[in-house]
Amino acid sequence: MAYKPEKGIGKIIFSSSLGTLIEWYDFYIFGMLAKTISIQFFPEGNSSAALLSTLAIFAAGFLVRPFGALFFGRLGDLVGRKYTFLLTLILMGASTFLIGLVPGYKTIGLAAPLLVLLLRLIQGLALGGEYGGAATYIAEHAPAEKRGYYTSWIQTTATLGLFVALGIILLVKANMSEVAFNAEWGGWRYPFWVSILLVGLSIYIRLKMKESPMYAALKAEGATSINPIKESFGHKANFKMVLLALFGAVMGQGVIWYTGQFYAQSFLENTCKVDFIQSRSILLWAIAFATPFFLFFGWLSDKIGRKWIMLAGMLLGVIFYRPIFSIFLKDTDAKEWKKQDLVIIKSDTIHLVLSDSITTKYKNYDGAKFIEIKKDTVTNIQNMNNVIIKTYKYDVKPRYINKEFGRKRYIKFIFLVWIMIIFVTMAYSPIAAFLVEMFPTKIRYTSMSLPYHIGNGVFGGLVPFIATLLATTFTKDPLVGLWYPIGVAFLCFIIGAFYLTNKINNDVND
Amino acid sequence: MNTIKKIMGIAWITIAPAIIYILVMGAIHNINDAGTKDINKPIPWVIIITIFTPIALGLMIFGYYALTGEYDKPPERSDEL
Repeated sequence: MAYKPEKGIGKIIFSSSLGTLIEWYDFYIFGMLAKTISIQFFPEGNSSAALLSTLAIFAAGFLVRPFGALFFGRLGDLVGRKYTFLLTLILMGASTFLIGLVPGYKTIGLAAPLLVLLLRLIQGLALGGEYGGAATYIAEHAPAEKRGYYTSWIQTTATLGLFVALGIILLVKANMSEVAFNAEWGGWRYPFWVSILLVGLSIYIRLKMKESPMYAALKAEGATSINPIKESFGHKANFKMVLLALFGAVMGQGVIWYTGQFYAQSFLENTCKVDFIQSRSILLWAIAFATPFFLFFGWLSDKIGRKWIMLAGMLLGVIFYRPIFSIFLKDTDAKEWKKQDLVIIKSDTIHLVLSDSITTKYKNYDGAKFIEIKKDTVTNIQNMNNVIIKTYKYDVKPRYINKEFGRKRYIKFIFLVWIMIIFVTMAYSPIAAFLVEMFPTKIRYTSMSLPYHIGNGVFGGLVPFIATLLATTFTKDPLVGLWYPIGVAFLCFIIGAFYLTNKINNDVND
Repeated sequence: MNTIKKIMGIAWITIAPAIIYILVMGAIHNINDAGTKDINKPIPWVIIITIFTPIALGLMIFGYYALTGEYDKPPERSDEL
């Protein structure tokens, strides 16, 4: 073949990665704005809207993503990588932009949640097809000895997409009031509209790209697959590798990825009651400092092999998740904060008929702040010469919310989240090269897309659901939800350690 | 090493139906009209059990392949696939 692997590789990586980053951005903003979207499109008390809301959350991630992987994977192996991942980008961009244009439930009724559900399903479908195409495209351009490093650029996109989504939402929020942001045609729609500009730019760049040289050669020889799905999953020799990829690598990587980047932030906000902006800014900083390690571990995987780097990321998660999350709980325990010297910034009491709600805002010496809400129950009311005397049963379990750290603890939390994202970079960075090397060119797109999206979409995406299930069943341990990612990562580590080979397949032109 | 891989195959075959059993029991115990969480709604369970059944079946097949020595020597080139 006359193709020189490294010619124009920077441009190829940039064009592929930009589009994938934008697709991740599009997919995330829906999840991050779920609360506002739910108010606008899925109002409480309407059972049909609630059903559509549940479908939008669960069907898009769990059902449609793997289906998108099959549909677009097949297309990518039949007609080529370039046009397929151009199509996924167009579908993703258009559906994201249109979500931003759908009038709210108040204006068009049930049509609003129906439209949003449909567009969300298209988003899930497009995401299912994008990653496999972009990873395959870069890998098929890369020289063997740098395949891990070059494909690690595509691995940064999922994390950077999250970073950009978080950044844009925080930026919009910072420039308007809460009411203006949450209004029917308010600021929450801007991140959706921004998408069309980003996608337009990316489509323009991708249109100029050429087909993958390996796939083009295969097509010129007339050696492409006639039925990629049958060849991928119907032939035992290839199907057993699909199963090995899923259970020995991607399943564990998916839960490590989700726990480090989503569950950690959600735990800080919902369980530890850390302030909205601070919990997100901790994640933003941690991502910013950890992202270069995607490239480092991609590069390292070219030197020492993919297997042990991925498995080390999983094992570290298994070992350190509980200690790290225990620190989160311990350091956000407001009862401990109350033992320090505190200053009351503001205190309000609302007198209710049978209780008094007392809200007190505290601040301590290092700048940490929190709000305590006590609800003292009135057990007796006496009228003594026109003076009302209330007897109280004092609230022994006050709630503590909106916790803001002082500088020292804020940095400590960034460091802890950073450590977990380092586990992500280890488990995730070599995975594109690893998957590409596992399957032959003619069915590569199909074969690698399905295990990737089952591992990430299903196993990873289920972390919050299973965590809630465990927390509801075993109420004594506040960290019980972590046993799901720990268990899956450990199982995957065992399978990977025994069944995977660490050999780098230099020749993917087969 | 190959003997361990084969023995572990039995574990994978056993784990798969256990996962489905746990999910079905989880659904039976948690679906509740009065509940407000996702785990109390039937739709997520239907979707999850639907998607996990073929995955668990895949784990069983993986275990069967391991037991029959299919992973003793992984293929290195596509003409071996």
